[in-house]
Amino acid sequence: MQRSDRWVGVGLAGLGLAVLWTAREFPQVPGQKLGAAFLPMLIGAGLLLCALALVARSFRAGAYPDSARPAAVREHFGSSAVIIGAVLAYILFAERIGFLILAPVCIVPVFRALGVRWLPALLWALGGTVVVHLAFYKLLRVPLPWGWIPPLY
Amino acid sequence: MDAVVSAFGLVFQPDVLLVILLASAYGLFVGAIPGLTATMATALLVPVTFFMAPVPAVAAIVSATAMAIFSGDIPAALLRMPGTPASAAYADEAYMLTRKGQAETALGAGLVFSVLGGVFGVLVLSFSAPALAEVALNFSSFEYFWLVILGFTCAIFIAGKDPVKGIVSLLLGLLISVVGLENPAGAPRYTFGNPDLMGGIELIPLMIGMFAVSEILRYAVLVIKPPAITEKPFGNIFAGMWALLKKYPLGLLRGSALGTAVGALPGAGADIAAWMAYAVSKRFSKEPEKFGTGHVEGIVEAGAANNSALGGAWIPALVFGIPGDSITAIAIGVLYLKGMNPGPTLFINNPQNIYAVFIVFMLAQLLMLPLGWMAIKVAKRILGIPANVLMPLILLFCVVGAFAINNSPFGIIVMLAAGVLGFFMERFGFPIAPTILGVVLGTMLEQHFFSSLIKADGNFLVFFERPIAGTLGAVCVLIWLWPLGRSLLRRVRQWER
Repeated sequence: MQRSDRWVGVGLAGLGLAVLWTAREFPQVPGQKLGAAFLPMLIGAGLLLCALALVARSFRAGAYPDSARPAAVREHFGSSAVIIGAVLAYILFAERIGFLILAPVCIVPVFRALGVRWLPALLWALGGTVVVHLAFYKLLRVPLPWGWIPPLY
Repeated sequence: MDAVVSAFGLVFQPDVLLVILLASAYGLFVGAIPGLTATMATALLVPVTFFMAPVPAVAAIVSATAMAIFSGDIPAALLRMPGTPASAAYADEAYMLTRKGQAETALGAGLVFSVLGGVFGVLVLSFSAPALAEVALNFSSFEYFWLVILGFTCAIFIAGKDPVKGIVSLLLGLLISVVGLENPAGAPRYTFGNPDLMGGIELIPLMIGMFAVSEILRYAVLVIKPPAITEKPFGNIFAGMWALLKKYPLGLLRGSALGTAVGALPGAGADIAAWMAYAVSKRFSKEPEKFGTGHVEGIVEAGAANNSALGGAWIPALVFGIPGDSITAIAIGVLYLKGMNPGPTLFINNPQNIYAVFIVFMLAQLLMLPLGWMAIKVAKRILGIPANVLMPLILLFCVVGAFAINNSPFGIIVMLAAGVLGFFMERFGFPIAPTILGVVLGTMLEQHFFSSLIKADGNFLVFFERPIAGTLGAVCVLIWLWPLGRSLLRRVRQWER
């Protein structure tokens, strides 16, 4: 059984249809038969065909190995959720709160989720933030936001 | 000749040499840590190279990747964990050698034959690229159109295991490339009224996401704990290398040539080169039964192949702007940022910059001998660094790096989305390389297709009329029809019986 491929196929078919549907409205190039819609149409049709192929062959057992991992490996989706949450929080609040405060706040939970103890997590987060700030703000002049802290220099 | 002299002048500057040294150390470190790949090293380097002159920027990428591909051999030999995917082909073999008490031989062969393979790749690059550029000067949109198609075809049918999933990956990449205003009609496509999307999706944050953030997510989900290394100190890693060189000169040559060729094919890089070279080595070996029991022959050939692939990958990248692997896909982005737009005119307008790249390449290979030796000496220290401390720091670096490309939080959004996409693609068995190729070449495909179409005036046969375009087109069609022809042939044979 290739259940994962089947569901991925259904999802891709949806994407293909959406691409085809939206591409209808793209304008023509003046004086040409084909326009801005041509490549998106091709992509949409291709996705749809491949999706159908994936779904169809998922019913033919044994032809292709299942792409999902064996069940024996224990997976920790919690920690990847923490990582995604941390980056999202940074995107949302960096401008307001500032890099120097927000970066350690975001990164400490990531350390913790990966099993680093509290004290080293705090020290690494603070040290890493200061080093990155110095390297990018001071050296490379990237305008990392100051936020709540008034600009020190 | 003047260009060569000024190229030496460009490279032998204190700051450029310092950049090469630092980037090499960085590459050795990243390559040696399992879970951090050479492509990731490149993606993380880009935000820093952003602020450098063109030659040191390219020098940093070239030297870091060369070192990373070699140093991936270190944990492969000591822990049975390849440091980069390029060492996966012979990780078992190298580890068996270590188990037999011959870690020196495994590491020494990895280092010495990486250098020799790398030098071979650079020589081929230095001599073939300028010659190819001469030919490419006469290329019109028809040739470029077919070259792009050939690149896609190679990535799907030659490099991939599963063509259907390869095509999906490519289409996803093309879909990403379609976003924005840059198209024949100049119409906004998939911008959803968002001004950030008008200019299209920026390549570098996308790469940082696909190659670094997705690895961090993968690490977090699977939490891999490396085993402890044996405490035995190493002997002289260079002992016996001369004997190996005399024993396997053909293997070295075959591995280097195969590696360079595979590297030059779009979508296939060092990792595929190593797998193919290992298989070829076993096939032609006088003692194939020894493979898998700690036999150095396969390491000689595959170790040379993965480093020579790096040089090979730069051939289509510099001459046509078509990346030979994921690393050069990022490098092409950097070349554009630096105003060194790849293509044959680069060889005419700025030959000194091209020669400088070749010189840096050679320098990096030669530097690999002493630096690699040092890295092996301190291998235990490097491998003792806990990955769970490194990963969050790399994440922080990714976020700031993606921001720094345009000083805009939009880069971080692209990075995160690409990271999640890359994670799921890998999980469900979709290769990343065709996606990257689609993103990099999508605009080029559309542009050359439309200018060809205008010239052809509705007659599709014109696409095959010019000799080189016709040949390229025919090769593409043959590769597409090959699986069909093969199954037909099989049916006919069965029927005859």
